[in-house]
Amino acid sequence: MATSPSRLIRNNERIHTTFFDTQTGKIIASTARYVLLIILALIFLLPFYLILRNGLATDLEITSPNWTFFPSRLHFENIQDLFTDPDVPFLDGMTNSALIGILQTVIQILVCMLAGYGLARIPYRWSTQIFYAVLITLMVPFSVIFVQVYLVVSYLNWISTLQGLVIPGVFSGFTAFLFRQFFLSFPHELEEAGRVDGLGYWGVFWRIVVPNSSGIISALSVIAFITSWNSFLWPLVIGQDQSAWTVQVVLSNYLNAQVLNLHELFMGAIIAILPLVIIFVLLQRYIVEGYKQSGLKG
Amino acid sequence: MKSLTTPPAAVASLEQDVKLIKQRKRQISQKTALMFWTFVGPLLLGLIVFFYIPIVWGFVLSFSEARATVSPTHFVGLQNYIAMLSDPYFTRSLGIFSIFALFIVPTTFAFALGLALLVNSIKVAQGFFRSVFFLPTACSYVLASIVWKMSIFNGSYYGLANSLLHLFGIDAITWISSPTPPWYWLVLITVRLWLQLGIYMIIFIAGLQDIPRELYEASYVDGARKGWQTFWAITFPLLRNTSISILLLNIIAAFQAFDEFYNIMTGGNQILARPPLVYLLRVALTNQDYGMGSAGGVILTFIIIIISLVQGRLLGFGRRD
Repeated sequence: MATSPSRLIRNNERIHTTFFDTQTGKIIASTARYVLLIILALIFLLPFYLILRNGLATDLEITSPNWTFFPSRLHFENIQDLFTDPDVPFLDGMTNSALIGILQTVIQILVCMLAGYGLARIPYRWSTQIFYAVLITLMVPFSVIFVQVYLVVSYLNWISTLQGLVIPGVFSGFTAFLFRQFFLSFPHELEEAGRVDGLGYWGVFWRIVVPNSSGIISALSVIAFITSWNSFLWPLVIGQDQSAWTVQVVLSNYLNAQVLNLHELFMGAIIAILPLVIIFVLLQRYIVEGYKQSGLKG
Repeated sequence: MKSLTTPPAAVASLEQDVKLIKQRKRQISQKTALMFWTFVGPLLLGLIVFFYIPIVWGFVLSFSEARATVSPTHFVGLQNYIAMLSDPYFTRSLGIFSIFALFIVPTTFAFALGLALLVNSIKVAQGFFRSVFFLPTACSYVLASIVWKMSIFNGSYYGLANSLLHLFGIDAITWISSPTPPWYWLVLITVRLWLQLGIYMIIFIAGLQDIPRELYEASYVDGARKGWQTFWAITFPLLRNTSISILLLNIIAAFQAFDEFYNIMTGGNQILARPPLVYLLRVALTNQDYGMGSAGGVILTFIIIIISLVQGRLLGFGRRD
């Protein structure tokens, strides 16, 4: 039944109007929102400002009783101080973190992507049971069983080794689960077309599925890299020799050292966060998408 | 008229065919099985070596004495568990987790929802503000701890908070190392809020954008007021699943708290706020008592499984729609 115009108007009249529905009210409400947002944004950016300010100042300026918002000039020589300080193996830390981050990302995505596809598409008698075995691992976060995993890694003699830092963290049931969910909704027709062309599961996967899944692969790769770069507990536990310290462990140890130069500590923080800030600026779309899908990874 | 019985030769050839088909099917299914293992095998092997074996190993070791060795030396029954549960520092660490969760969970929930509503309500520069609030996700807990400990809440006069207080003529406060008043909680709560609000805000915004606009329009037609009334009648109930996920993810994350407690409290007065994982690191690795460390690991695993199961139940996993 068509609604008569008069009835529509009557309904519209029933809508409660408040002060905030008037033109001035709307402007005031919207201005208030933006003022609040700008204040909050400044608070959120404050720690970044502090890292920059302290990293480019001298120790005297940092510890001055009179707060100065900006150092007298930008002390870029702090970079040299940091890299030449024998007490802070900073360059080694950065190299280790980069190496571990890249290896963990590549291996994790590869292993979990394959498993996700197998669980989603290849019929096998024990497929369901194996899927449950993967799901169970989602209930227990890696960090909660760090002592237990340490036992195995120690038995393998992997303490302070690259494989000890990289391998235990790459088998993510969660990433595999997300890939499986994605592949379940992958269009069958595309895969069928490949099969008609004589491709097996392996060929279909690499020639058709992977090239058409770049969105989720990018999203989960970026998150894997961020997680790896920022992780602390496992590198602290396994990296017992100084040569195996990641940049987070280097900075943590320096933070709690007996003697420290604040400007070097904060310059270290600037350099350690720089790769991630660049990634965030360039790839934010993927990161947001990834976190939306995954909720949150421990 | 056609004969109703099949000639014996045809039957034989049919049986032959069936045999061949069966054989072929078996070959295909063997091939498929091989394919399945090529795809899933690496992950499963990894999970066995770095998840299932550690859990079993830890369980076995928790009933054994194992000092400075990861192999059981001799069976001690429940002794490790008794030692663990009667250690006041262990029970205290669970208490620390509870206090922490009590503060961090509601504040994260309220602020993340508030931020999401605020960002979602504006039209100009929405992406900019979302990026700003999300940016702390790029920062590690270690780096944030450095800023919080050495700059914002530095106990000396030159810390940002103390510099601000100085403006009002208030004396410098030792934020981290003084037991009373427990200012260290303010430090620990704010650092985590700053780091994690962005992610939860993103999840809330996604939830908000899933709510059909027509519902709001319909409610206005029915005479609902904009603002609180629609929030409680529509927004909040429809965010139910998002809210439950966020609450439980947050509790699970709080249970794993380690980085900021370790970095901020070390050197100050670590004993004031030592959550379970920091305590466990001390028992297992500093003291090299792997038997007792495993017992602690088993207890924590047990607790986290219970939390996960509650989550599954609340979200109705395994329930048919």
